[in-house]
This record gives sequence, structure tokens and C-alpha cells, in this order.
Amino acid sequence: MAKFTTLTSHAVPLTAENVDTDQIIPARFLKVTDKHGLGDSLFSDWRYHEDGSPKEDFVLNHPESQGAQILIAGHNFGSGSSREHAPWALVGWGFRAIISTGFADIFRSNSLKNGLLPVEVSEEVHKELMQAVQLDRATTITVDLHTQSVTGLGSLEATFPIDDFSKHCLLEGIDQLGYLQSFDEQIMEYEQQRP
Amino acid sequence: MKPRTLFEKVWDQHVVVQEPDRPAVLYIDLHLIHEVTSPQAFTGLRERGIGVRRPERTVATMDHSTPTLPKSLAVIDDQAKIQLRMLEDNCKEFGIELFGLGNQFNGIVHVIGPERGFTQPGKTIVCGDSHTSTHGAFGALAFGIGTSEVEHVLATQCLLQRKPKTLEVRVDGTLMPGVTAKDIILALCAEIGTGGATGYVIEYTGSAIRNLDMEGRMTVCNMSIEAGARAGMIAPDDTTFEYLKGRDRVPKGADWDAAVERWRALASDEHAKYDKRVVIDANKLEPMITYGTNPGMGMGIGASMPEMAAFDEFSHQVAFEKAMLYMDLEPGESLLGKKIDVVFIGSCTNSRIGDLRMAASVFSGRKVADGVRTLVVPGSHDIKKQAEAEGLDKIFTEAGAEWREPGCSMCIAMNGDNLEPGQYAVSTSNRNFEGRQGKGGRTFLASPLTAAAAAVTGRVTDPRSLLLS
Repeated sequence: MAKFTTLTSHAVPLTAENVDTDQIIPARFLKVTDKHGLGDSLFSDWRYHEDGSPKEDFVLNHPESQGAQILIAGHNFGSGSSREHAPWALVGWGFRAIISTGFADIFRSNSLKNGLLPVEVSEEVHKELMQAVQLDRATTITVDLHTQSVTGLGSLEATFPIDDFSKHCLLEGIDQLGYLQSFDEQIMEYEQQRP
Repeated sequence: MKPRTLFEKVWDQHVVVQEPDRPAVLYIDLHLIHEVTSPQAFTGLRERGIGVRRPERTVATMDHSTPTLPKSLAVIDDQAKIQLRMLEDNCKEFGIELFGLGNQFNGIVHVIGPERGFTQPGKTIVCGDSHTSTHGAFGALAFGIGTSEVEHVLATQCLLQRKPKTLEVRVDGTLMPGVTAKDIILALCAEIGTGGATGYVIEYTGSAIRNLDMEGRMTVCNMSIEAGARAGMIAPDDTTFEYLKGRDRVPKGADWDAAVERWRALASDEHAKYDKRVVIDANKLEPMITYGTNPGMGMGIGASMPEMAAFDEFSHQVAFEKAMLYMDLEPGESLLGKKIDVVFIGSCTNSRIGDLRMAASVFSGRKVADGVRTLVVPGSHDIKKQAEAEGLDKIFTEAGAEWREPGCSMCIAMNGDNLEPGQYAVSTSNRNFEGRQGKGGRTFLASPLTAAAAAVTGRVTDPRSLLLS
């Protein structure tokens, strides 16, 4: 897994609330058998016309959005299906962090395993960031995982929660399966004493 | 000892290791897999050069992209074909039992688990599918996981998990005729919203839950995820044991008696504390229907949709407006009488024999309205056989509905069963997200009774008006 330490980038403001994983990546794209190439289908139904041409008014298609690594999304992001294709598509497009006021449990867990940082901030901070980025699309924001902070807009400084273990894994680029495997002996013991 | 909840008891029994400031290593008793969320996990195992730790604890089925047309049984496209083939190959290579296409017990993963008796009280059950919460109806701790975690379970039979909080959803009272388990869970989603239970495991308690049969309980637990919950659970009781007794994979003889004794002890202790509580009065529940683009946007079928002014936050207004625009509906209006194009009766929420009997009770002696396409898709081949033995298939086909082969079908619209852009459907499935049942399609979620009532009238209809006549 790719390391995450600190990230400074301009951002894409996606105001929609309760964005579910069917919007992030519609089910018809789930027939793939690898993890790659899903970035092109990210937000597909909002992003493309019937003929496949991009909808110019969709925020991801704005020229100012190109190269952005931070998504500022509306309240309660990632609800619905457990498809890990959602973070694969977001990472595939180029995002490394998502700022929202809340994330669905499975989406959060899936993101953390793919080097994609869910940054949960208060409603006030969220509003401030969203408005600033909408007003000036060149606005840059810094997300620092060490200090668990979001800074930018001159004076804004906010913190976000993350559990120690996930933080450690992201900072070091550690894959969680390796950690799980280190308990092989305990798992064996557990299995032996079960009914 | 401190009184514990059902969840805490199952959790405690499965913690292999709990280091300070680390997630617990949680043992998984039963792992269910299907074609869509497993291929990358097996690829991961191969890349690491490791095998499946306990293949006998994983069970596979094909359901998401499988065809439901009885004649051709053609898989929709090459990509889906490859995915199905990969599951078959992976199961063969790693020694995993597969209920594939053509197997007499094939069906939707959350239908066949309980049906075959794999699902049992007190187990930890996971699957790369968010509706794994269904199995909690048996007093199991069951939740959806991503593909990385599918790989973790295959490799170690364990998962790294943080202990969630507990939410008691207490439903007391008696459901009125025409009001079903589906209406209970849609009412909960409407009450607390799609993020209302994020971070929690729900335990459903109260007389209305006790009085549900296992199928009703599965419907309720199935949609726990639609309220954001990690899982939904119901304490096992005689209803649970009666359902399970004699099924293929449950213990037999003296082992059965011992198991029942163990399972009885799982119920939450008196005075056990939950972190949060929500109360629903079953006496006051009506048949529910959703009007928006997430399962939390629901109301009693006779009610009016909210007005814009009902939302105080600007961002909520924008979200509501966006939903109304997608659904092409007017705020403040009622949905009763709204013309519909498609009715879908099926999915892991409502495709079991009781659901089909409910729908058949409405179709019996009636015809599907002109211009309405109605699909009835049983959850498994076993259910299909049972329904045909009872003559339900005849009731559906004589009414003018399509009687299909089992699968997820139009709930996720991956197999060729889908809505056309702009069409309205009344669906017994679990998600009304934009495009969920087909790009541009518009979904009203409801119970099998309400869906069948819409099929025969061609409009959104209070099913009670048909039950009385």
C-alpha cells in the first residue's frame, strides 16, 4: 500500500450529500476482475452523457479539477454497497484524501486499505472549506496525517480523528494482512479450543 | 459479571487477540463469497503465494450477474462470463464448496446461507456484500466487508475489527393487517436516515420483532445497512430454532440439543446497556414507500412528500431538490395514484417463500395492469421449487407477471434485468439510489404487498385497499 504522510493539493468540491457507492461506481462496472482502470468510470452517471462525452457542468470535468488529489464531499459519504471498487475508482482518478463531515463504515474501512484518507471534519470547517474552494478553485489545502490536521485558507486549522493503527499503517505504507498473519500461532490456539 | 448484550457476547467469544490501541483480531466462523467481490482477493493470495487457511469455512455462490431468464440462460456479456468462470476456478483450486449455476441449491448468497443452515446463532459471518447483515436475524454477528478483507479472511480466517457501539431498536406493539417487516425497516430508515446508525450494531427488540417469523426478521436485519449500521441482530428464540431444525448444515441429535442450549444463552442479559436507543411504535406503522434517492427518504404510503421548507439546512434543501429532480416528483404531493412502469418482487430483502405468498395473495384472481412489466424473482432454486409446488408460479403467470430464475436480478441490475431511463418501479429490493436498478431508472421501495398492489393497479396503491375488498 502507498504511504500517506502529508498532502498539499487543490480540491474538487462535490456538494451532493449522502453520496452512495452506486454513484461513485455504478454496478455495471463491477464485472472487472482486477483493481485497475476504474478511475475512468468514477461517478460515471454524473460525469458522462449517453454518448460517452463528458458533461461539462459536472465538477470533476472542470479544467480546474484536473490534477486535484483532494475531494471535498457532502455529508455522509460512501453509504450503501461494500464494493471496494469505490475507493479503487477514487484512487484510480487520482484522489488521496476525502474531506467530509462523515463516512459510511465499510467505505471508510475500504479506503484506509487503499491509501485513501477519509478526513472527517466538523460542519463549520466543512462549510468553510467547501465555500472557499467553490469561490477559488485554485485554493490549496494541506492534509497532514502526522499531526492529523487540515490547514489552508490562511488561518484555518482543524484536526481530524483516525485510529492509531490505521494511522500507523498509512504512515508506513503497511499492509494489514501482514500484521494479521503475525498472529498465526494465536489463531491456531483459538481454533483448537473451539467447540 | 457485568450484564452483556447479544452483540457483546458474540463479539467476546470471537476475539482471538486484543492488543492495546489496536483493533481486535476477530475470528470468522463463516465466510460467504460470490463472483463480484472475490476475484481480486484470490489474485492477492496468489501474488503473495499463500493459500486459504480454512476452506471448509468459506461457501460460494453465483448470484449477482447470473441470468434469470429460464430459456436461454445466457450470461449477459463476456466480462460476466469471465467473472463466473474465475469463481469456479478459484473454488476448485482452493477447495471451496460452490453452489454455482445449475446446482439445485444455487441462489442469492443471503438466501441460501440460512436456507441450508450455514447461518446459525452466535456465529461471526462475513461476505463481500453489505447485505450480509441479513444473517443477524439468527443472532449471528454478520457484516459486509470489502475485497481486501475477503482476502484477509481467506488467508487467516480472521479480520481486524474495532468494536462498534450498540443501538437498541425497540419495536413494540402489533402490526396492522397489510403492514409487514419491510415497513418496520423502511420506517426506521426514514426515522434515523442513511447515516443514523453509522458506527453501531443494531439489536432489534420488542414484541413486534418477537412476533415476526424468520423471514420477516431477515428482511429487517437485511436493511440495517441502509440506516448505516454495521450489523443488525435479533436474539435467537424458539422461532429461530424451529426454522433451523433439520436443515442440512445444522448439528443433529445430541449436538443439536447442546447447540440450542448454547444459543439460548446468547440473548441480551437483563439490564444490559446499549449506547443508544430508538423506539418505534408498531401499532402506528403504515405500509411504507420511499419517494427519494436513498432508503431514508421514505414515508407512510398515504402521506405527502416533504415541502422544501421542511429542511432547515441549505445543503439538505439542495440534496432534497436533487432527489426530486431525479425522481421527477413535486414536493408536498402524495404518491398515491402515481403511474408506474415496472414492479420487481425479489432480492435478498424480499424473495423468500413468505414474500412470494404475500405477493400471490394480491395477484390471485387479478391481472397485472396494462403496460406494467412485473418480474417475480425467487431468492433460490429451493424457494422456486417450493413456490411451484404451492402453485404460486401459476398465480403470477396467470396474472401476467414474469416468473424468473433465482438471482439478484433487478436489485443491482448487473445481469440484464434493468429499468429503462425514466421508468418508475415499485420494488421490494433495498436501494433506491440513482441508477441502482438501471441507468436513469426511478425506484420506489416498498413491501411485497405494496409492490403487488402497484402491479395490478398500475399505480402506487395502498395495499390495504385491495386486502379489504
